Amino acid sequence: MSSEPSFLTSRLEEALGWARKFSIFQYPFVTACCGMEYMATACSHYDVDRFGAGLPRFSPRQSDVLFVVGTISHKMAPVLVRIHEQMADPKWVVSFGVCTCTGGFYDNYATVMGIDTIMPVDVYIPGCPPRPEMVLDGLMKLQNKIQDQHMGGKRPAPEQRPPQLEGYEV
Amino acid sequence: MNNSSLIESVTKRFPDGVSASHTYRGDATVVLQLDALLETARFLKEDPAMEMNFLVDVTAVDYSAFGKGSVPAFFSSSGVTVRPSPQIPDPDPWPGPPDKARFAVVYHFYSMAKKHRLRLQVPIEDETSPEVDSLTSLWPGANWLEREVWDMFGIVFRGHPDLKRILMYQEFEGHPLRKDYPVAKRQPLIGPLN
Amino acid sequence: MTTHTPGTTPKQPAGLTTREMMLNIGPAHPAMHGIVRLVTKLEGEEIKGAEVEIGYLHRGFEKMAETVDYNGVMPYTDRLNYVSPLINNMGYCMAMEKLLGIEVPERCHYIRVILSEVSRIGDHLTCVGATAMELGAFTVFLYMIKAREYLWDLVEKVTGARMTVSYCRVGGVKADLQDDFAELCVKAFMETRKVLDETHGLLTRNRIFTDRMNGTGVISAEEAISYGITGPFLRATGAEYDVRKDCPYAVYDRLPFDVPVGTRGDNMDRYLVRMEEMEQSMRIVEAALRDIPPGPVLTNPETGRPIPAAEMVDLAKVGNIDAISGGCAVAGPTLEGSSRAQYPSIAADQKQVFLPAKEDTYGNIEGLMQNFKLVMYGHGVRAPKGEVYFPVEGANGELGFYVVSDGGSGPYRLRCRPPCFAIMSALPTLLEGDMISDLIPTFGSVNMIGGELDR
Repeated sequence: MSSEPSFLTSRLEEALGWARKFSIFQYPFVTACCGMEYMATACSHYDVDRFGAGLPRFSPRQSDVLFVVGTISHKMAPVLVRIHEQMADPKWVVSFGVCTCTGGFYDNYATVMGIDTIMPVDVYIPGCPPRPEMVLDGLMKLQNKIQDQHMGGKRPAPEQRPPQLEGYEV
Repeated sequence: MNNSSLIESVTKRFPDGVSASHTYRGDATVVLQLDALLETARFLKEDPAMEMNFLVDVTAVDYSAFGKGSVPAFFSSSGVTVRPSPQIPDPDPWPGPPDKARFAVVYHFYSMAKKHRLRLQVPIEDETSPEVDSLTSLWPGANWLEREVWDMFGIVFRGHPDLKRILMYQEFEGHPLRKDYPVAKRQPLIGPLN
Repeated sequence: MTTHTPGTTPKQPAGLTTREMMLNIGPAHPAMHGIVRLVTKLEGEEIKGAEVEIGYLHRGFEKMAETVDYNGVMPYTDRLNYVSPLINNMGYCMAMEKLLGIEVPERCHYIRVILSEVSRIGDHLTCVGATAMELGAFTVFLYMIKAREYLWDLVEKVTGARMTVSYCRVGGVKADLQDDFAELCVKAFMETRKVLDETHGLLTRNRIFTDRMNGTGVISAEEAISYGITGPFLRATGAEYDVRKDCPYAVYDRLPFDVPVGTRGDNMDRYLVRMEEMEQSMRIVEAALRDIPPGPVLTNPETGRPIPAAEMVDLAKVGNIDAISGGCAVAGPTLEGSSRAQYPSIAADQKQVFLPAKEDTYGNIEGLMQNFKLVMYGHGVRAPKGEVYFPVEGANGELGFYVVSDGGSGPYRLRCRPPCFAIMSALPTLLEGDMISDLIPTFGSVNMIGGELDR
């Protein structure tokens, strides 16, 4: 297969993306309060199983999405990075809850201010804790990202800014 | 036993060990000298009138910034200080923190049979190497509580079997709950500083 | 096949030696409810010793509390025992009210008690559900989380959030109960009772469950007291200590309820104590809903027509006080803010402590000044210099708050006495002599909540 996009490879990529996105084996790295909302999302009321993500694998060797749920302290950070490194490609990381996105309101000596300082993150789900509907929305965004991923493992180009914001200086 | 009789029995038994005592908002507090702690705790546990078999909590307070709250910048030129609201009734005011002592280790005791509570406060004057006796020989539950006080404040407990950090990681330097440790001073094991 | 009796070293064929194995049940483990590290020394399947390492979720609660003012600590207290946040809120607020020496209205006490008990039911549901899931009964977990969703819906209608509620304030609560709270409560409890019946049917006489839970994780009452253990863990050993009965606070002394006490101190007793406590909590809430003093009437008494809060505030802003004085605004208490009509039932009558109603903030100068003095940085609630300790009955045991104040706008030192800290310190004693697979139900019944353990 050549690396230029062709009809066969793009069909194959689509099929692979479809297969991968509907069979998510997540590793829920649950630490804190967000874990309660994770449990609520995974259980019958807000069932995450209908998205194909209902089987948590509690071993990093067997999973492909790392859900980092809850505050990561500096004591826990090396453990988290080790688990991330133990996962095989293709893997994605979801940052669940605002403590993992940016550190939350625990701006102190003990908290990692956002896990994207120590590992690449694919989807951020803010909230303290995020409602299960937000989690499902984040999961669907992750599924879109998985669908668009190229076969060689390259992520697609980042989303374009919406046209309304063109020329808007930050 | 009510608060005053509790304080009375402790003061009568250890007249030199007790430096002060008071009742504030219904809580009886006895301020002890450093060397009287172990004996007083043993008395509290074994005396049939006190029967305080339950060590509720061991904690410490760092009084070095007491009353020196920062004035908000907006008001610093006008000389406004933040002080307790005069409208809140305070008929029997608190005597204040122990003078000359930076740290005080605070113990709370409870008796399940007699249903009374007592607080012991042990001021520690030595700032550079604060030390106090350990209560692990009387209550095994004091083990972890004293480890936490060591971790957060740096107060050494003499006679503790295994005094090491419990909430922070071993490589951490400093004692976070002291007033001179800034809130956001991070010491990451991995990753960038912020 | 020879059977092995626990507590003895099995006889080895001649020529073979045994060695102790160290098994690290590391911080990230599926059966650990939260992050804790257990380093166990195993002799075959038997645990010879264990060492517990905590602190992986230390978030600096006590240090953060020193940087904010008294009401700003509320969100931090939510996240202590995050499965029963209202109990933590209530404990902190009652400690502050003891320090300030103020009394809240009776209806406010009843509201706090009702929501605390609902939180306690949620906590026990999570604990029993997670323990059952670890033992293989995944269905029980799903049923209990279903019941918990009904309770969380109830809490959300009152407070606005499912889990981290920040509902109590120093001097009161944020807003009053809904008008239809009693009916919603009845419905939620009906579902919860159905789930509890199903769980009893599935687990309590189940041979596998009872074999795994009976006789494992045994601790005696004296040992438990010497470690400082309280709550359902202690009550399962036979010691009858419940802060609600022995040192009653709020309105617990007027409400009829029993405290279940076990006998053997093993995992099965703890499970049964928790199941019965849920039933008793529902009994407390039903009694409280019968006895609660009536709340505010939310219509204009003259016209009978409810005034929307926004309209009232607009009138007040232009100074048209006559049009609204004496009238009561109707507002969804959580969405449009609390209104003056609710205040007699939810807030202590102390203007140094509790924010005024929005009608007053925008309507007259006294309300504006009160709002300013409580909200601006450096002002706020200014407690007298002093220290207090106040214990409440958390879901795991005696949850105490020790507050030291130096007269400033925030706490000088705030200490939370965590109930599961003591239980975790006794874990090595609990595990010694049991087999490695007994660790799972024992650890499940400890109900370790990382937010409370490590703070």
